Amino acid sequence: MSAAAALLPSSALHQDWRKVFRWGLICGGSLIALCLVGMPVELDRREIVERYLSLGYVSVLLVPICAGWVAATQIVLEGFESRKQGLYDLVTGLLVGVLGGGGLSLLMVALDSWNLRDPLVNWSPKLLRFLTYENGMGFGAGAWIITCGVLGLAGASLHVVPRVVRRVVAIVLMGLLALSVLESAVSDLSEGFRLEWLADLIYAKKGGLTLTSALVVGIVMAVVAALTDGRVKAVTNRYREMEGMERQKASIVLFAVVAVLCIVLPIFLGKIMNELLANVGIFLLLALGLNIVVGLAGLLDLGYVAFFAVGGYTTAVLTSPNSPWFAPELHFGVSLIFVVIFAAIVGLIIGAPVIRMRGDYLAIVTLGFGEIIRLLFMSDWLGPYFGGAQGITNVPGVDLGFATVKGTDPRSVFYLVLFFCVIAIYVSWRLQASRLGRAWMAIREDEQVAEAMGINTVSAKLMAFVVGAVLAAFSGAVLAAKVGSIFPTSFMILVSIIILVVVIVGGMGNIAGVLVGSVVLIGVLGGPKQPGLLQEFQNFKLLIYGILLVFMMLKRPEGLVPSARRSRELHQDEFLQDAWLKGDKLGIDDDEIETGHVEEESR
Amino acid sequence: MRLLEIKDLQITFGGLDALSGLNFHIDKGEIVSVIGPNGAGKTTFFNAISGLVTPTDGDMFFEGESIVGLDPSTVTSLGIARTFQNVRLFPNMTILENVMVAQHCRTRQLLYGALFQTRAFKQEEREIRERAEEILGFFGHRLVGYRMDQPAFALSYANRRRLEIARAMATQPQLLLLDEPVAGMNPIETAELTALIGRLRSEWGFTIVMIEHDMKVVKDVSDRVVVLDHGVPIAQGSYDEVSNNPDVVEAYLGRPVEAR
Ligand SMILES: Nc1ncnc2c1ncn2[C@@H]1O[C@H](COP(=O)(O)OP(=O)(O)OP(=O)(O)O)[C@@H](O)[C@H]1O
Ligand SMILES: [Mg+2]
Repeated sequence: MSAAAALLPSSALHQDWRKVFRWGLICGGSLIALCLVGMPVELDRREIVERYLSLGYVSVLLVPICAGWVAATQIVLEGFESRKQGLYDLVTGLLVGVLGGGGLSLLMVALDSWNLRDPLVNWSPKLLRFLTYENGMGFGAGAWIITCGVLGLAGASLHVVPRVVRRVVAIVLMGLLALSVLESAVSDLSEGFRLEWLADLIYAKKGGLTLTSALVVGIVMAVVAALTDGRVKAVTNRYREMEGMERQKASIVLFAVVAVLCIVLPIFLGKIMNELLANVGIFLLLALGLNIVVGLAGLLDLGYVAFFAVGGYTTAVLTSPNSPWFAPELHFGVSLIFVVIFAAIVGLIIGAPVIRMRGDYLAIVTLGFGEIIRLLFMSDWLGPYFGGAQGITNVPGVDLGFATVKGTDPRSVFYLVLFFCVIAIYVSWRLQASRLGRAWMAIREDEQVAEAMGINTVSAKLMAFVVGAVLAAFSGAVLAAKVGSIFPTSFMILVSIIILVVVIVGGMGNIAGVLVGSVVLIGVLGGPKQPGLLQEFQNFKLLIYGILLVFMMLKRPEGLVPSARRSRELHQDEFLQDAWLKGDKLGIDDDEIETGHVEEESR
Repeated sequence: MRLLEIKDLQITFGGLDALSGLNFHIDKGEIVSVIGPNGAGKTTFFNAISGLVTPTDGDMFFEGESIVGLDPSTVTSLGIARTFQNVRLFPNMTILENVMVAQHCRTRQLLYGALFQTRAFKQEEREIRERAEEILGFFGHRLVGYRMDQPAFALSYANRRRLEIARAMATQPQLLLLDEPVAGMNPIETAELTALIGRLRSEWGFTIVMIEHDMKVVKDVSDRVVVLDHGVPIAQGSYDEVSNNPDVVEAYLGRPVEAR
């Protein structure tokens, strides 16, 4: 379709109907699902812009925007000219939005006519009231169809407007949303910096931004976004293209900045934020350990929580006076030695039988072991030793002489866990570039060949298991000292899954990726039991985790911050193309770089 | 002195005798070719030596010690290295890493050295790297320079074969098993690699067993040729002896018409 013809209304109506209906259905379906999950009603109480907009409505309104945007996205193949986008795409977005709104209207009719409350707990008059603005069905349906249509159009129009506008709109919308949702965090931060007046100015008394502050902040953000357009990308590109010494220097500076931030920032933060940071640290430590096992050695361990439990229980037994069977009341530092020993032993015990299995089998068996360890700690059989379901209480904090690290002072816990995280990062970094790290890589690539090349795969894999186990056990020890008590319920299988999601979403095999992953997931969404910044989403946390995981697997399987190796692995074709182009530039014969696939490795 | 001695080797897959009654030996410094039609059991023979399949029956001695039932990694550390017929590199590791990782069984450093960056660790890393570069340099300009940091999957087919040989060399073997080293190469590359195989013995001191279908290569490099057919050795001797042996001709071409 030529560019000129696309501008004519007749051709604008000449839509790819299959695509329109598909995205319309997806849009309507997600809207209905969202409503039935209960998100809009529950989040309705939370104000985004005082009196005008609640988080409940935002959660619904975002859907048609996204659907409109995606439906109007044009797939451009390498080497083909892209069609200029215009009216045609706007119509696509509009139709998709209208179909989505139609879905909501159907839901309204259904809500009004039948009562399906029994299987669907959120099938309630409240939902109907939310959807109709308490103004009757006709009004509700009309309003939603028009609103969704307009929003779909808006989503699609982002493709049509210049790049700068798109960027400004995205930043302002996301920025305002973030500012409002993160109210507690921002208030906490401003308190630490003695800027309470600023927070009072921005936020309304009952929560949410005031209309004026939303406008002012929006304008400021728009200006900043317009001014910084292209700059950020230029800086990251420059960093990427640096080589050797220069890059090393830049990395050191970056590292120093992060380090200083990590040490200084908690001083200004309040209790809630420090608590959050401590939780992020505990999970980061776990994720770093799992990254060695899964990311470096390629062993999919779904029972990783077992080692977390071993660390926690070892510390509790050895330091708490309430330990039911044996209570030496050692100092945390001394008990740490035993934590390492027991974690290594348990790592060997679990590792030895499962290590000969491959891939899926290993995952299933470790999943079982993870659950077995928890059940053992909970059982009546070991009850007299580990307290059964009551757990072990009264675990003392860490007495450092000048200060005590305990749960009531989350800042100190953060520093403690930071210390362990630094160790874990150092260990991962050093091992990666060592004989053992290379052996792990080879095993991950092709175990049989690694074996034939003289690598004792059993001992190398056991080593990965043990290193991972020790790091997880450190995390368990910190948890014991932080919470002050240890229960079997802290070590549900869900912990393993969430850490794995952190590693995958962050970027498997990359330390920076794991870091970003735990900050984003644990910090923003929250851990299995720990609240994150978005406390409102507490009930929908697992849903969001699931959606995020599916989205990442589809769109960016290498993670948020991928390791070079992994993105190369997942994008071999692009790499080969690049190499071919580069080789061409250097004047090397084409046949030297072959553009064929590598034979699928047997896994 | 006998480097490798194999007595009455028998390998059965289900009901199929992939190898039966195979006697074989090779002395230090020899180059022996194993030839035979497709499915004759040549690759299976290599798999048995390198420990990837366990023999049903028979004995294998390397430098006088039995190697039957050992792990592949143990066999490699004793000094037997191999390449694969269907090139099996570590595709996402760089070329340098492919060669470095193969030195695993000749090096010692574990956790402690890596974590505390001991002098011994750094020394060893330097040696691993230097040796890897030296080995890659053996193949001319093809695997060195900017190529060293490219992933192995980016290499051309011929270069993958070269890298596989380099990787086998890096395990510092005495006996090198090459499974169809020139398969898929063009005549120029073949000639070049033929020369390199000769140099592998003269410069690096390897003893070599080679499976090959290209008779010109077999003729040029081998001291002795062993012919397998249906898992049974049907002839042995110099290239000329073997190539004129009627059994061999029959195995390859079928029985002459008049003899039916
Ligand atoms: N793991 C296995 N399981 C079952 N049968 C096998 C196995 N490996 C090889 N075989 C069979 O053993 C016989 C010998 O195979 P082998 O690969 O050793 O032949 P080859 O001489 O290397 O042939 P080519 O010249 O085609 O490489 C074949 O019939 C093959 O199908
Ligand atoms: Mg073969």
